[in-house]
Amino acid sequence: MIDSPTFELDERFRAAAAAEGLLDVAYDVFDDTAMGPLLVGVTDHGLCRISFDPNPERELEQLARVYGPRVLRSTKPIERVHRELEEYLEGRRRDFDVELDLRGQPDFYVRVLAELARVGYGETTTYGTLAARAGNPRAARAVGTVMNRNPVPIVLPCHRVVGANGSLTGYGGGLHRKELLLRLEGAIL
Amino acid sequence: MAVAVPPFETFYESHKTEVFRFLVSRIGRDRAEDAFQETFLRALRAYERLEHGEHLRAWALTIANRIVLDGVRRQRPQGTMPDLVTEDGRPAYEELAPLTEGLPPKERAAVVLRYGYDLGYDEIGTALGSTEAAARQAASAGVRRIRSQSGDRPQTFAPGDLPTPRRSPASANPEEQQ
Repeated sequence: MIDSPTFELDERFRAAAAAEGLLDVAYDVFDDTAMGPLLVGVTDHGLCRISFDPNPERELEQLARVYGPRVLRSTKPIERVHRELEEYLEGRRRDFDVELDLRGQPDFYVRVLAELARVGYGETTTYGTLAARAGNPRAARAVGTVMNRNPVPIVLPCHRVVGANGSLTGYGGGLHRKELLLRLEGAIL
Repeated sequence: MAVAVPPFETFYESHKTEVFRFLVSRIGRDRAEDAFQETFLRALRAYERLEHGEHLRAWALTIANRIVLDGVRRQRPQGTMPDLVTEDGRPAYEELAPLTEGLPPKERAAVVLRYGYDLGYDEIGTALGSTEAAARQAASAGVRRIRSQSGDRPQTFAPGDLPTPRRSPASANPEEQQ
């Protein structure tokens, strides 16, 4: 018989690590959401990452660089975000209540993301409008970059930002996901 | 440039099975479960202070070994060894387990870490809370003791049975970074 740590032992350690407050980031991967696999990361301060990247290795490196190397998969700290995401994707929730941790984001990003957070469920806005609200009307292209690097898509609704001519333009997680979210919210047919 | 410390998840996944087997071989499956959790919690507590990601395997095993020794100090007499499987292809440390059973804890740890896990004497010294020289001495005392015991019972052990280390002892000491 090969001696390996059992599933229970493994999970027990992961839970203890989070319970003792030893983690910089706890994360989990939800395999079968309507959006495909989602990697979700939280810190003591709040939600810091939602990623569509099915290969989490790059993500873990990135999280370790920004928040510290103690990045570990641990289910318990993610439960609340998981529940809210599930409710949202099933059409039973319009707003998210989780706190966000946007440490490590440049000032301009934080300003733009704060404005983005005000764009309500089922609405859309344009890159130019968002740029103006963030205090720099000519920064539409830069706003596009911020949307593309949005650390917590879905919760910060970059899918609600479209081109001035109404085209969907682009989405960090792929256009089909943007379409899916806007359709879910009834913003497009 | 030094290798960056990997995300803890990567470190944990790379070494959890070997650490668990090491613990089972030293203190048996039941006690290994608690020691396993304690090993990685201890690693997690120190992880932030690591300055580079080199020698992490040795680092993990030395933490595990220290926990075993702490347990031995706390609750003598030592728990019994688990029955070991005797199929071919088992790792060196499993071959060593029955041979080292009768050794004093420090000698046993030194022999197992040196010949079973291929750690350097500096690493073993750190694990045992002593020095490189003391670790070397403990390992050779352990080997001498095994050889003399096998002299009494040649059918169980011949000196040539000791596995050969795969590499010479490393000079870097992972615990020094703390």
